[in-house]
Amino acid sequence: MELFLQFFVNGVMVGGLYALAAIGIVLIYKATRVFNFAVGELVLLGGFFCWSCLTWFKFPVWLSLLLALAGAIIIGFLIERLTLRKLIGQPILAAIMATLALSQVFRGLMLFAWGPSTLPYPTKVIPGSPLVAGFVVMSNELLWTFFLSIIVFLALGVFFKRYRMGMFMRATAESHQTARSIGIDVKSVFGVTWGIAAFVAALVGIFMGARVGLGVGPTPLIALKAFPAVLFGGLESITGALIGGIVVGILENLSGAYISPNFAEITPYIILLLILLFRPEGLFGLKRIERI
Amino acid sequence: MYRPCGTFDETYIQDIAIIRTPMHWSSLIAGIILLFSLPFLVSGKYLSLLNLIGISIISVHGLSILTGYTGQISLGQAAFMAVGAYTTGLLAVYLKFPFWLALPCSGVITGITGIIFGLPSLRIKGFYLAMATLAAQFIIPWLIVNVRPDLTGGTDTLVVPTAHIGSFAFNSQERIFYLVVPMAILVTFLVRSLVRTRIGRAFTAIRDNDLAAEAMGISLFRYKLLAFFICSFYAGIAGSLWAYWMRAINIDYFLLSDSIWYLGMVIVGGMGSVPGAVFGTVFIRTLDLLVKNIAPWLGTVVPSLAGVAAAALGPFVFGLIILVFLIFEPRGLAHRWEVIKSYFRLWPFSY
Repeated sequence: MELFLQFFVNGVMVGGLYALAAIGIVLIYKATRVFNFAVGELVLLGGFFCWSCLTWFKFPVWLSLLLALAGAIIIGFLIERLTLRKLIGQPILAAIMATLALSQVFRGLMLFAWGPSTLPYPTKVIPGSPLVAGFVVMSNELLWTFFLSIIVFLALGVFFKRYRMGMFMRATAESHQTARSIGIDVKSVFGVTWGIAAFVAALVGIFMGARVGLGVGPTPLIALKAFPAVLFGGLESITGALIGGIVVGILENLSGAYISPNFAEITPYIILLLILLFRPEGLFGLKRIERI
Repeated sequence: MYRPCGTFDETYIQDIAIIRTPMHWSSLIAGIILLFSLPFLVSGKYLSLLNLIGISIISVHGLSILTGYTGQISLGQAAFMAVGAYTTGLLAVYLKFPFWLALPCSGVITGITGIIFGLPSLRIKGFYLAMATLAAQFIIPWLIVNVRPDLTGGTDTLVVPTAHIGSFAFNSQERIFYLVVPMAILVTFLVRSLVRTRIGRAFTAIRDNDLAAEAMGISLFRYKLLAFFICSFYAGIAGSLWAYWMRAINIDYFLLSDSIWYLGMVIVGGMGSVPGAVFGTVFIRTLDLLVKNIAPWLGTVVPSLAGVAAAALGPFVFGLIILVFLIFEPRGLAHRWEVIKSYFRLWPFSY
């Protein structure tokens, strides 16, 4: 029972990380109908920005965080402006391939800048110490991640309900043509969406860096586990991404505890296959009706 | 389609011929003679590039059928090649299968694996299918490494015996060249023929609109799974040849990034084009070798990059090339080739 509780809590916390990454994917998919396969590299890039500010320039933690997040937003804008905007109207494979190609470009650039080895953060970025509740130990990084993903989720909810840009984004998600016809600048909506998604990805990267360090090899592989989370919740649903992330985190940790730690690596992908076989639209996704 | 001036079909056999004019025939024969004399002309490094290109062409042809002709995106091609390579490895090492038996067995077993991971394609498409094949790309290598590490060597290298036909051993780059390249030509011919049969037309119909195709009486179940089978079969053959070429296989050659590269070759060559698959593979693989040659030079110019230049420049240049092609020439090299051909057909009076 203690084992179960410990791994369950760990799963919820790690799930928060997956949920954050998943929210970024869902945002982009909702607004632009592009599935961002480069999410792993975006996560890593944001984390590395913060690492460089701390290590190369010796900035204080708060300034590094701000600079890293700002840098990520700029990268998000640039990705949309330079590549994906030019591919509007192309078939779906072009968009998939473009994000895959972007992931390779970033991988190359990051290898140039930061090299192939795993880099830990030089100072403690996340405040606090592990919380012990009864016999369950909760690491402070994961607690922060978990609460931050809840905060991001709530903030996005308010943003979509209350703010003009948020409502533009919802309208764009509904239909590009209708949105244009009522005067929404769809292209700037795309840009803002990519900016927000890159911002969220950078948050994930910073937390991963604080927890296990950053490496061009391992970090994108962890971030890829957001995909099962996205599909579990449904591609169109931000709530779904949150729940999906947590469920994937729990199942991964429990299978690691009860089957084998090795097996935990592929548990998310087995979940992914099962979802695709039995309920491709996910929990809260829209079931699309196709007409010829 | 333009034909050279004065080329008319008089019989049905002429009408369906792939190779039409005396010029076609003579350039084909000259090209094959040149190709087979290459081992006498080029040195070791370029010969091994040619072998790699030959193996990649077989795999890319499979992917081209699945993605270019049937419109089903696959991110698992490298994992399927791993299945082929490890099947060959296990059959050859433990059951002492001869080369000519291990090769088709690997193809068929990989094909069946492909069908299993292609099953979700009956309900889903687009991004969702890319996800399912992405899952294959992670699950298959995990199974290879973890289920029977005592047989497959786990993360270590599995050493494969040399391929033999009779007493002739394919034990050098020159010799394996005469195994890989004829296979690549054969597969190219088979694929070129396949896409103009009933099956090929069904694939194209499914790509253009699968619901419309089903309404016209094309069984999606049968043809989608057939496309997955053919794709994985060729991946298996390519993987098997890879095993006999390297004579040592390791799971590190079959990663997600390799799958992305194979997909990139299809894109650069041109979707839904048989010559495109060949152009794309030759282009990307040659470019990769070029980049690998440039990397040490870059290391001497900027010393701080010396250690990482080789590993970093490859994905960077590859990603940029794919983006450039997607944005400026989405129909790929095959389309450019057609444009050049039709230009010279009308030259110098192109108006």
